[in-house]
Amino acid sequence: MSLLNLKNLTMRFGGLTAVDAVTETIEPLLLMGLIGPNGAGKTTVFNMITGVYLPTEGQISFDGQNLVGQKPHEIAGTGIARTFQNIRLFPSLSVFDNVRVGFNNALSIGILGSILQPRSFWRGEKEIAEKIDHLLEMFGLLDQRNELAKNLSYGDQRRVEIVRAMATDPKLLLLDEPAAGMNPTEKQKLMSLIRYLRDEFQIAILLIEHDMHVVMGICERITVLDHGAKIASGTPEEVKNNPEVVKAYLGHSE
Amino acid sequence: MEEFLQQLINGLSLGAIYALIALGYTMIYGVLRFINFAHGDVFMIGTYIGFFILTSSFGQALGPGFGTAVIVFLAAMLGCGLLGVTIEFLAYRPLRTRPKLTVLITAIGVSFFLEYTGQLSFVFGADPRTFPTVVEKTMVVQSGSLVIDSYQIIIFVVAIVLMLGLRMLIMKTRIGTALRASSMNLNAASLMGINTNAVISFTFFVGSALAGAGAILYAMSYPKINPLMGILPGLKAFIAAVLGGIGNISGAAVGGFIIGSAETMTAGYISPTLRDAIVFAILIFILIVKPSGLFGQGGTEKV
Amino acid sequence: MSRKHRSYLYLLIGFAAIIGLSFPFEAGLNSYDMRIVINVGISMILAASLNLINGFTGQFSLGHAGFMAIGAYTASALTTMVFGTTEGTTQELLFLVVLIAGGVSAAIAGLLIGIPSLRLKGDYLAIVTLGFGEIIRVVLQNIEPLGGSLGISGIPRYTTFIWTFGILAVLIFVTENLMRSTYGRGFLATRDDEIAAESVGVNTTKYKVTAFVVGAFFAGIAGGLYGHYNSLIRPLDFGFLKSVEIVVMVILGGMGSTWGVLLAAALLTYLPEALREVELFGIKFRDFRMTIYALSLILLMIFRPQGLLGDFNAEEFIRKIRGKPKKPATTET
Repeated sequence: MSLLNLKNLTMRFGGLTAVDAVTETIEPLLLMGLIGPNGAGKTTVFNMITGVYLPTEGQISFDGQNLVGQKPHEIAGTGIARTFQNIRLFPSLSVFDNVRVGFNNALSIGILGSILQPRSFWRGEKEIAEKIDHLLEMFGLLDQRNELAKNLSYGDQRRVEIVRAMATDPKLLLLDEPAAGMNPTEKQKLMSLIRYLRDEFQIAILLIEHDMHVVMGICERITVLDHGAKIASGTPEEVKNNPEVVKAYLGHSE
Repeated sequence: MEEFLQQLINGLSLGAIYALIALGYTMIYGVLRFINFAHGDVFMIGTYIGFFILTSSFGQALGPGFGTAVIVFLAAMLGCGLLGVTIEFLAYRPLRTRPKLTVLITAIGVSFFLEYTGQLSFVFGADPRTFPTVVEKTMVVQSGSLVIDSYQIIIFVVAIVLMLGLRMLIMKTRIGTALRASSMNLNAASLMGINTNAVISFTFFVGSALAGAGAILYAMSYPKINPLMGILPGLKAFIAAVLGGIGNISGAAVGGFIIGSAETMTAGYISPTLRDAIVFAILIFILIVKPSGLFGQGGTEKV
Repeated sequence: MSRKHRSYLYLLIGFAAIIGLSFPFEAGLNSYDMRIVINVGISMILAASLNLINGFTGQFSLGHAGFMAIGAYTASALTTMVFGTTEGTTQELLFLVVLIAGGVSAAIAGLLIGIPSLRLKGDYLAIVTLGFGEIIRVVLQNIEPLGGSLGISGIPRYTTFIWTFGILAVLIFVTENLMRSTYGRGFLATRDDEIAAESVGVNTTKYKVTAFVVGAFFAGIAGGLYGHYNSLIRPLDFGFLKSVEIVVMVILGGMGSTWGVLLAAALLTYLPEALREVELFGIKFRDFRMTIYALSLILLMIFRPQGLLGDFNAEEFIRKIRGKPKKPATTET
C-alpha cells in the first residue's frame, strides 16, 4: 500500500495556477526527489500536504487518512514532518528546546499536571531529554545543545530543523532544499545523512532540491514539475534523459 | 419613516466626519502597515487650532461667515498636516524597521502625550471649552418632524469635496502614483527610485489634514471641545477604516458612513447609552467574520 | 533538594516570607504607604498574568483591564449582594470563594476573546482586545443593578498584604512551572514561529487560548483584590489607560522575563506615588505625571524596546555569581 497519495492536486492563487492537477504516490521507505525550475510549484505542494495551504482542488491521503482540511498540527500528528526552505527554527529557544517542542505531543500531561508536576511529569521529561540527547548526538549537535538557535551557523540550523522534524516520529519527512547554501563537503555529508535517516528510522523522504548532484545521487525516484504540472516521473536515469525535462530546464535559462 | 430618514441624515453627516478621519488611518496603514493611534488626537488638536483662531482678536474681528470658515478650515488642515508630519518624523521614523508592535506602543505614547499635555493648565486645560460659531446655522428643510440644517449640508458637501479631491490627488498626480506604488510595496517602490520618505511624509500630511477638516466640522456640530475629545471619534473612525478594509481608501469612506448611521440609529431606536457599544460590537463582529473588512483583500503568508 | 520539589520549596519560602513580612508592614506602615504596597502587589499580579499572554505567547492584548473588571465586578457583587460582610474564618473562606469566582468569570471571558485571537495577529488582535475591553466598560456602565457608571461601593476591605502577595506567589509558582512544561514550550514556540510550531504538531490554537484563559483568570483575581481593597469600583477604573499601563509594565520588564516584569510593575506603580510631591521649576510632578509617562514610553520604544532588563536572565545571573557551569536543563534528577 502506498504511503502518500496525491490526486489531481491543484492550487490557484487568484488567476495563477501554482500547482496544476498533480497526481503522485509515494511508497513507504522511498527516497523521492521533487525537482523543477524556480516557481514550478514544489514548495506549494509541500504546503498543501502539510496543511499550510488548503488545496483548491484534489485529494491528499496519507496512510489511508484524508488530509485535506486538516490543520497543520493534526497533519503533523499523522506522521508527516517537514523542514522549510527558509529555515524556521524557534530563534529564542535553545537547540535542546527546539527539539523538545517536537516531542510536545509525545508527553501526555494535562495543564494541572504541568502546574503541580507530580513524579510522572519528571519521569516523562527525563525520558524525553534522553531521547533528545540521543538524537542530537546522532546528528553531531550535542555540543550546541544549550546554544540559542539564532546563534547557530547556517548548516547547523538546517540540521537542527531536521532533528526537530524527526522528534515528531514521522513516517514521511519532507525536506525543502536541505542542501541550499552548503559547500560540497557539507552536501556530501548531507547526502549520507539523508540515506542514514531513511535506513535508521525506516521512513519515506520526499525532498525538493536544486542541486542535481544531490538529487541524482540519493533519490530512487524523481518527479519533475514545471509551471505547476507534472511533466515527468521515474528513476534518475529516466528523468535525466527525458526530453521534456531537458526542455523545461534549458527553456527557463536558470 | 420620517424618523428613520431623520436618523439616516444625522447618521450620514456624522459618518462623513468619521470618513474624513478614517481616510487618514487607512492611508497611513496602506503605506506603513501600522495603526497611527495618535490620529484621533491630531483631530483634537485641529479643533483647538480652530478655537484659538476664532477666539483671537483677529477671529473676533472677522466674525462668523463664509470667509472665516475658509480661513479656519485651511488653518486647521495645515496645522494638523504639519503636526502629522512632525509626529512621523520624530516618533515613527526612527522605528521604521522595528516590529509593528513597537510602533503601535509608540503611537499610543504619542496619543497620551497629546492628550495629557493638552490637559495641562497652561496648554489647553482639562476643562471643556466652547467652540465659537463659524457660520450661522440655518434650517434648510423643515417638513413635519424632518429637519435638515445648514451644518449637515456643509459637513456633507465639504466631506464629499475633500474625498473627491483626495481621489484626484491619488489617481492623477505624480505623488499620488508614488503613494499608490508605495502602498503596494514600500521596498519595491524605494528600489524603483521613489523617495519613500517623501511619500510617507506626504501621506501623513494629507491624512492629518483631512482629520483637521473633520475636526472643524465636528466642532461646529458638537461645540464642546476638550483634550480627550479625540479618543472616541478617533476609535470610531478607525473602526470605520477596519470595516471598509484597512488600507482601502473608498472602503474607509463607506465604513465611515456605515458607522455614523449605525450609531445614530442605535441612539434613536434602542438607547443613546449604547451608541458607543454598537460600534465596538461592529468591530468585533467584522474582525471575527471577515478581518479583511468589506473591501479588503486577505493576504496569504509566504512560507 | 531535588529539582523536582524545588518549586514547592520556593513557594513555601515565599509564603513564609510574606507572612513574616506582614507583621512589620502592618504595624509599621501608615495606611497611605500600605495602599501603595498593596497596589504594587496588584500591579505585579496584573503584569505577570499579562506576561503569560503577551510576553510568553506573543499575543498582543490591549484589553487586560477588561478581565480585571469582570473579576472585580463578579467578586464585589458576590460579596456585597450575596454574602454580605462577614468576619473571621468565614470571611477568609468566602473571600477565597469570591476571588476564585471572579477569576473563573474572567477566565470564561478569556476563552471567548481567545477564540477570535486564533485568526488574528499583531495589530488586529490588539484592536479586538481593545474593543473587547471597551465593550466590557460600556456594558458595565449600562447595567443598573451593578451601579451603572457609579459602580459598586461599600465593598468590605478584605484584601490584606498576605492575600495580595500570597496570590502573587501562587501566580509565580504556576507560571514558572507551566513554563517548564510542554505548555511553556508550546507558548514560546507559538510566539517564535506559528507555522514552524504547527509543523511539529503544536496546536497553537490550544496554547493561545490556554494563555488567555490562565492570564485572564489571574487578572480577574487581581480585580477582586482591587475591589476589596479600594471598597469602590467604577467602570472607568478599568478603561483603556489601565490596559495600556499593564502592557507597558510587560514591555518595560522585557516581554517574557517574569522577574523583569514584576520589577517594572513595582517601579511603575511606586514611582508616580513617590514623585507626587516633587517639584521642578515650580511645577509639581503629579501634574506632569502623564506627560512624562507618555514621553518615557516613546523614548523607551525608540531607544530600548527590549525593556529595562532586556535579555537579562535571572537564573543565568545567579549561576554566574555562584560560578557554576551551565547545566543541561532537565537531565539532572
